[in-house]
Formats: sequence, structure tokens, C-alpha cells
Amino acid sequence: MLSQDLNTILPEIVISLYAMGALLAAVYTVKDKAGPLLVWLTSGLFVAVAFWIGTTGEGATEAFSGMFQDDAFSRFAKVAILLSAAAVLLMSQEYMQKRDLLRFEYPLLIALAVVGMMMMVSAGDLMALYMGLELQSLALYVVASLRRDSVKSTEAGLKYFVLGALSSGLLLYGASLTYGFAGTTTFAGIIEATEDGVSLGLLFGLVFLSAGFAFKVSAAPFHMWTPDVYEGSPTPVTAFFATAPKIAAMALFARVVHDAFGNSISDWQQIVAFLSVVSMFLGAIAAIGQRDIKRLMAYSSIAHMGFALMGLAAGTAFGVQAMLVYLGIYVAMNIGTFAFILSMEKDGMPVTDIHALQMYSKREPLKAVAMLVLLFSLAGVPPMLGFFGKLYVLQAAYGAGLAWLAVAGVIASVIGAFYYLRIVYFMYFGEERDEALDTGSSPVLWAFLVGSAAVMVVGVVNLFGIEPLAEAASLALVN
Amino acid sequence: MEQIILFAPLVGAILGGFGWKIIGETGAQWLTTSLLFLAAILSWVVFLTFDASAYDNGTYTIDILTFIQSGTLDTSWAIRMDRLTATMLIVITTVSALVHLYSFGYMAHDDNFPDTAYKARFFAYLSFFTFAMLMLVTADNLVQMFFGWEGVGVASYLLIGFYYKKPSANAAAIKAFVVNRVGDFGFALGIFALFYLTGSINFDVIFSEAGDLSTQTITFLWRDWPALEVVAFLLFIGAMGKSAQLLLHTWLPDAMEGPTPVSALIHAATMVTAGVFLVCRMSPIMEFAPTATAFVVFLGATTAFFAATVGLVQNDIKRVIAYSTCSQLGYMFVAAGIGVYSVAMFHLLTHAFFKAMLFLGAGSVIHGMHHEQDMRNYGGLRHKLPYTFWAMMIGTLAITGVGIPLLYIGFPVGFAGFVSKDAIIESAFAAGQGYAFWMLVISALFTSFYSWRLIFLTFYGEPRGDKHTHEHAHESPKVMLAPLAILAVGAIFAGMVFYKPFFGSAKYVGQYFGVPYAAQEHGEDHGDDHGGDDKAKTHYAFAGEPGQGAIYVAPENTTLDDAHSVPVWVKLAPFFAMLLGFVTAWIFYIRKPELPKQLATQQAPLYNFLLNKWYFDELYDAVFVKPAKQIGKFFWKRGDGAVIDGGINGLAMGIIPMLTRLAGRAQSGYVFTYAFAMVIGIAVILTFFTIFGDY
Repeated sequence: MLSQDLNTILPEIVISLYAMGALLAAVYTVKDKAGPLLVWLTSGLFVAVAFWIGTTGEGATEAFSGMFQDDAFSRFAKVAILLSAAAVLLMSQEYMQKRDLLRFEYPLLIALAVVGMMMMVSAGDLMALYMGLELQSLALYVVASLRRDSVKSTEAGLKYFVLGALSSGLLLYGASLTYGFAGTTTFAGIIEATEDGVSLGLLFGLVFLSAGFAFKVSAAPFHMWTPDVYEGSPTPVTAFFATAPKIAAMALFARVVHDAFGNSISDWQQIVAFLSVVSMFLGAIAAIGQRDIKRLMAYSSIAHMGFALMGLAAGTAFGVQAMLVYLGIYVAMNIGTFAFILSMEKDGMPVTDIHALQMYSKREPLKAVAMLVLLFSLAGVPPMLGFFGKLYVLQAAYGAGLAWLAVAGVIASVIGAFYYLRIVYFMYFGEERDEALDTGSSPVLWAFLVGSAAVMVVGVVNLFGIEPLAEAASLALVN
Repeated sequence: MEQIILFAPLVGAILGGFGWKIIGETGAQWLTTSLLFLAAILSWVVFLTFDASAYDNGTYTIDILTFIQSGTLDTSWAIRMDRLTATMLIVITTVSALVHLYSFGYMAHDDNFPDTAYKARFFAYLSFFTFAMLMLVTADNLVQMFFGWEGVGVASYLLIGFYYKKPSANAAAIKAFVVNRVGDFGFALGIFALFYLTGSINFDVIFSEAGDLSTQTITFLWRDWPALEVVAFLLFIGAMGKSAQLLLHTWLPDAMEGPTPVSALIHAATMVTAGVFLVCRMSPIMEFAPTATAFVVFLGATTAFFAATVGLVQNDIKRVIAYSTCSQLGYMFVAAGIGVYSVAMFHLLTHAFFKAMLFLGAGSVIHGMHHEQDMRNYGGLRHKLPYTFWAMMIGTLAITGVGIPLLYIGFPVGFAGFVSKDAIIESAFAAGQGYAFWMLVISALFTSFYSWRLIFLTFYGEPRGDKHTHEHAHESPKVMLAPLAILAVGAIFAGMVFYKPFFGSAKYVGQYFGVPYAAQEHGEDHGDDHGGDDKAKTHYAFAGEPGQGAIYVAPENTTLDDAHSVPVWVKLAPFFAMLLGFVTAWIFYIRKPELPKQLATQQAPLYNFLLNKWYFDELYDAVFVKPAKQIGKFFWKRGDGAVIDGGINGLAMGIIPMLTRLAGRAQSGYVFTYAFAMVIGIAVILTFFTIFGDY
């Protein structure tokens, strides 16, 4: 039995052992000089494990008496997490090295966070869920304050930690309420206990659990940490925050509401729809006032999480499919956008003011076009891929009878289009400035930027075939 | 062959219009013109070889492709060939080919376009118009016909506004388009109604069901009406717009802003007759709609009279002819309304020849007089423009209806207009339409007067106006005179040649149009028409079902037969009206040239009433245009400007930034604020569930 269980969680074990082994090896040898090598090793391992999971996994397996679930849904999420984490790691190397930030712990902390995320998306029990969540969070608190000599960075880490602790408290309170009223912590047990409807106590548990998840996906009104942490953290870390953890937290949210509370869809539908509509509008409206592109991207990710939640709010298999497709597109867009932000430099120093982009198209036409495509896609302008992601979730919401939510989403996306297009305006029609950004960037960043932009255009053909995969994943979750 | 006729103009339009930079302007001109001549020659072949008796129902259909398939609407793009189509084919392609040729000379130089190339554009538009018109007449169903109907509307718009730098030309083009929309609305409703009633838009289906439909009713405008009356009425509204009948006629005189060849082709010979064609084509419907056709007759007669009165006092040479066209179209509608569709087509055919000729002649005069169009500045031009003079003379003899009355030698002897116009007037009398009969006779008098007035003012008397212009007046080049010569043949002989098949006894007409006919048993002996040629004295009547043959005439409708046995004074009436008009014009403009001015001052109110075209434009301006503009202005300023723009601006520049500032303020940077927000969020959700949840 145990060997089978271990076999099921072998990918997680491999990454954990690698992280611990590499940590030991590096700390007693070359220390930070191993940084670049470890970045390449770690991302290589991510890609390899992603390939392993993606090609060999099939069917649905349980391990540790249902505490760990390995099914199409978790595999979809894991592959997405691993690949995006690998991409962000690769992008970050040069930036970190230049600023003497590339400590050897960085890739290993990321690896541990990724293990936590993999645990989250596979959780079949409230305790497993919490274990994964905290493993992820603890690693992230540390990387947020990676730049120890910067007040902002430490502030970001501290804020994240304090508020994260609060959210964990809320989550744990919800978990204990759930346990108290359902008498079990396994999702399978909870769904059995709610067959005749949920009690108010169980519902309170659900609300507190949701609050915890909403914090992790940075959905309003639990989003307040996001802009500060995004701004304070080193940019590669911000890029990481904006991608893999979002997938993990959304997937976890989806798993809990469907696997554990699948009998009371109408109840959590209201919570999720509320979170969705508040996030979409807050993300759209608050971003308008931002000049710092990292803060702007923070609000952008809040708004995007609102849209992803709209898919989840539908409460249908198609809704989950739409959510997964939306997340995939969102991550692809964000990797490209952060590749661009990472390349924003002046005299070797990172710049994050959007006014620095005035007339950028004259100096870097190709990069400006790539960024334009990405921004259009983020805003949801057809025919870019971002439009189809939005279309998907709108369809799901409308199909589930949430027409008002779909309409609200459309209005919010119109408002949100403003700040994306304003950057395009600066790049193409702004006024010439003396303090221009440096030209040229590392080939890795350039490749990610242009590649991501190309994906936004070419992907229109068939979304690179993620639709059937997302459908299979959603059917594994909702049945 | 029919396909070549239909598509040759389209090919010419596309290649000439888009490819003239490659083949050159002259190349485009030659290409479009030669393709049109090809189409014209083939059309004559089709027309002369067409034998209605060789086909079922006198019709055959050539499928081109599947047009629309949507639900129960299943229709193909096909050419419907019958006598009506064949007749229209020769009219359209012949006049169009000649106008193309004529335009070589007329459009050679143009002060409106000093630096830009315009010839290829002009020829491409002409060819495009021809294609659209052919689409209209070859249509096998209503939607295809509507396609052509709108196509000619577009071409007309483009050609009226050809001098797009002139504000008046643009205004006239827009006016023509908008007024036609009113008519098209009726036409479209008619199509919808027919589709609603029969579930099809194909002529075959509609015609075969016409008999059954005559007893049905349809709810329209809050009450029930006989179905076919409504349909016929709506279709006629469409015809009114296109054919410039009273109430929707105001665009036609303004359309003279276009180059003169355009006026000849579109606003005289072809497009404006589309309405007459439509009524004839829909004869199976019209025959079952006595009220609607009575309205057609009334409106046609009134238009004929109205336009003729206005024509009396106009000074612009093209406007006189334009009102004349309007008036002649009224004649055709009277014929169609009383159920002698062949006669309507007859007049359409002859009118095309002599009216195109008059327009092209007028164009020749304008060309020779350096684009002077006011007849008051002409005079004595018959020596300077001898060929043009004779052409105009022939056209005038034809339109006024000069011929030898009561002489019948197998056909009546006279110019084209004499034969066809008298046929209409006699039919009107035979049908018992007293009002129409008298209106048409009076109109014939006026027609004669204004036509001769035009001739006398232009070609006789002393040269008036700018001396310099008169000294440099010159005859037009041969390329412009040749079309006049060809049209002259039609203007002289068309009436005599086509008398029998269009206005013979029901036997000849039936044979020609492929309509079944039968000898009438109770036919009593009364003296036969026009000299008593038909010695057998057998009377024939149409005996077809709707859909058999190109036209349908109900068995009880014997107007065609009766028209041949009207009293002699009826036959003489138009002739004497013509003579009276001629003599009056002669006295007014040759004998005592000061008389018109005296009369105008003496009868100032009447004169101004006519000069201002019965104040129709002013009336429409006050009733429709000004209020519409005001409503538009209201919606523009208040609706769009204040409400929509104001609302959007207020939202985008007031409310959203305010919310943005609020959100920014909430983001204080203090951890306790953030924690507080989270707790508030939890509290809100919990409160919501506690209050609204059903527990």
C-alpha cells in the first residue's frame, strides 16, 4: 500500500529531494556561485517533471486514504504550474545576477513553493490542503523579501507574512468549523455529510475557507496585500507571484468547492460571484490611478482573477473548463508582459514608471509591437487570445444563468481596457522624452516576450489544443 | 447567349473601372463600349428569334447559381426569358450601347475635372448600370429583381453625382437616393407580403397561386384587406419611386445634374421605366386588384397631366425633357393600370427610342453651346447644328404623335409616338376611364406645345444670349451623331413595325407574348378598327391562367379588343390636340414672340405655380425635410451630444476617476487597514448568508 502511495506522489518527492539535496550541497560548497547553475537545473527539472506528469499520468488515483488525489484536473494544474515556474526562473536569472540577488536559495525556494502548489492542487483532505498551502506560502514569504537590504522588499515580505498568517487563521477556522459540523476532514466525507443540504455552521466554514482562498488568489476584498507585495518584491519574484501561485490557488479553490461542497453549488456560487464582480471592478478601477507598472500589473491580476472566478461561479463543468483555459491564457500573457517589464532598464537600473515608455515604439519597434499585442490581449481585444479567454468565461457564466455577472464582466473589461491602452498610447503617440530607456535586452527575455506575443496571435487557431485537455480536467473534477 | 448579354456589361464595368490604369482610359472606353455592342447585337438576336409558342407558358429559365437558401426561402439566380424580358433587353442594351458610343464625344473634355481622370469611371458606371438593369429585367424572382432594382439605384446615385465637386450634383444624387428609398420601402413590404402569403418569392410559384390568393385577406395597418390589393398597392409604391410618379417624382428633374448621356440612358429610356416593367411583370397580381389598378390609372393620368403642365414653362432644356419623361411614364402607367400591359410595353419601347434621341440631341446642343442649358439663350441654331436639328425634329415629331389618322395599311402610318400614344388613349377610353382619357388628351396637347416650344426656342428665331457662345457654336462630332441616326430609325419606324404584336388583336398579342387565347363566340359584327383589315371579323380574347405567358390578362378584361372599336372622334382627339399644341407654340414663339411674356405677367400666379412645379419641393421641404432635420438635430444635439456623450464623459471623466481615487486612498499601506478590509469582507459575506440564506 505504502509503496503505491509513494509511487503516486513520486513527482513531488523527486522535487523535494532535489531541493533539499541541492540546498545541502550548495551550502557546504560554492554557495551563491551555484546560483546560475541551480536556476538552470531547477527549471530543467520542472520541465522534465511537467513532461513526465503530462505524458505518463492517466486515470484517477488516490493516495494516503484519499488525502492525495491524482487526476486529470490536478495533472493539468501541475503541468501549468511547473512550466510557468520554469519560465519565470529562466527569465529571472540575468536580472537577479545583475543586482547581486541570485542567491542559491532562490531557485530552491521556488522549487519548494512548487512542491507546495502541487500538493495544493492534489489535496483530497483539509489537512493535506493546509500542508500544501503553508509550504507554498512560507517559501513565498521568504522570496518576497529576498532583497534584504531594501526596505521595500522586506516590507513586502513582512506584510505578506502578517496578512498571510491572518488568512491562514481564517482558513483554519473555516476548516475546524467544517470538521466540527461534518465530522470529517476528507472531501469525500464532507460531500457525503452535505447530501441533505448544508447547515449554517458548515456554510460558515465554507465562507471562512473561501476567504482564505480568496486571499491566495488575491480576490477583492482580500486583495490588499497584492499591490504592495508586487511593488516591493524583486521583479522576477513579482512575475512568479503573478503566475504559478494563482493557478495553484484557483485550482485549489475549484477543487474544494466542487469536491467537498459540490452539493451546495447555489451557496458558494453566490460567494464566488461576489468575489468575482468585486475583483473585476476593483482591479479595473484602481489600476487607472497607477503609474508604477508593477502595481498596475497587481491590479490587472486582481481583475483577471475576477474573470477566472466568473468561470468558477458558473458551477458547471464547462465553467471549470473556462476557468482553466482562462488561467492558461492569463499565465502565458503575464510571462510575456513580465519579460518586458524585466527588460525595462535605464543605465542598468530597473525602471517601473509607465511614463518611461513614452515613444518607446521609435526605439524598439519590434518589442513595442510585441507589448502592444500583449496589452491588447490583456485588455481582451479580439482577435488576440485574451479575448477568447474572456469569451469562454462569459459563455460559462451566461450558460449557468448568471447573465448579470457576464454583463458586469463586460463593463469591467471596458473600464479596464483604459489602462492597458494608455500604455499603448504612451508607446506610440506619447511625447518624446530625454530620459529614454536602454535599448537591447537579454535574448532570453526577448524570446519570452516575442514568443508570448506570437502565442497571443497564433493561438487563435486552436488555442494550442488546451481546450480538450481543460475539458478532460474539468470532467475529472465535476461529475 | 443570354449569359453573355447579362455579364458582358459587368465584365466591362469591373475591368474598365478597376483596371483602367493598366489598359488605359481609352482602352477602358473601347472595352466597355464594344462589350455593350456585343450585348446589344446578341439581344436583338434573342429578341428576333424568341418564339413564345416554343416554350411552356412562353417562358424559359436559365439557372446561373443557387442564390439564397435559408429556411423555406429557396431561390436561385436565374434568367427568366419571356417576351417582356426580351423587349427590355433590346431597349436597355441598344440605348446603352449608343449612349456609350455617344459619350466618347460628349465626355471628351470636361471642365469639372481639369486634372483627374474621369472617363474610365464614367464608362464603368454606365456599364455597371447596364448590368444592374439587366439583372432587374432578367430576374426570375423578386429578390433578384430587388437586387437589380437597388443596383440601378446605386448606379443612378453615382452618375447623378458624377460631378462630385458640385454641391448641387451631390444634393441631387442624395435626393434621388432618398426619394427612391421611400418607394423601395413599399416594394420591400410588397415582397415580404408575397413571401408571407405564398412562402416563395419565385415568379412561377407566385403567379400560379395568384388565383387562390385573390380571395384571401391580409392584416395590414390594423385591419384586414384583400391580400392582392395590398400587395399590388405596395408594389406600385415601389414603381412610383423608380418611375418618378406624382408624389415621388421630385428627384427626376434634379437628376438632370448628371451628364446628359446619363439622363438619356437612365432617366429617360431605361431605369425610370423599371416601374412600368414591374407592374407588367406582376400582371397576374394586378389583374386581381381592381382598386389598386384604379389607383395606378388615376395616379398615372394625373402625373401625365401634372408633368406636362410644368413642362410648359421650364427654361432649362434638359428639365423640359425630364418633365416630358415624367409625363410619358404617366401614360405607360395608365396603360398598365387598365390592363393593356402590352400597350404599356409598346409605349415603353417607342418612348425609349425617341426620348433617348431627344436627350442625346439636347446633349448635342449643350455640347455645341459650351454647356449652356437655358433655352432663353438659344435661338436660330438650325444652321449651326443641322444634323442635331433634324434629329431633334424627328424626336419631336415622334413624341408629339405625328401621323396620318384613320389610315390603316396593315399598320397605322405615323411616327413611333403617334402609334403607341394613341393606343394608350384609345385603350383608356375603351376601358371607360373618362378621367384618364381626358387627362391624357389634354396632356397630348401640352406635350405638343412644350415640345415645339423647345424646337422653336432652340433652333428658330434670332440668336439670344451670349454672342460669343453663339459664334462658337459648332456641330457635334460624328461619334455623337451616329447614335442619333440609329435612334432616328427607331423613333420613326418602331411604332409601325411593332404595332401588331403589341396592340393588335388578342390573337397577335397572345401569340407574341405566349398567352393562350380563344376565339370569342358571341363576337358580333362591328366595324373593325383602322380601316377594317381583319376581314374574318373574329374576335379573340385571352384565355390563360395566371403564369401562362409573359403577361396575364383576365378573361373578362377585354380592353385590348374594345380599344379597336372606339368611336372615330376618340381616335382623332389626340391628333387634334397635337395640332392645337403645335399651332399655339407656333403663334407664341414664331409669330408673336412677345406673347408669352405678356401672358406670363397677366397670369402671374398660374405662371409661378407652374414654374415652381406646383410647389411640390417647397411643400416637401416644409412637411418632411425641415421636421426631419429638426428631429435629427434634436437627437444629435440633445440625444447624442448631451445624453450619450455627456453620460459617457461624465462616467469616464468624473465617476471612474473618483472611484480610482477612493481605491487609492483605501490602499493606505498600513497592515491593519488591509486586515480590517479582510475582516469586513468576511463580515459582509457572513451577514449576507445569515440574513438571506434559507436556514
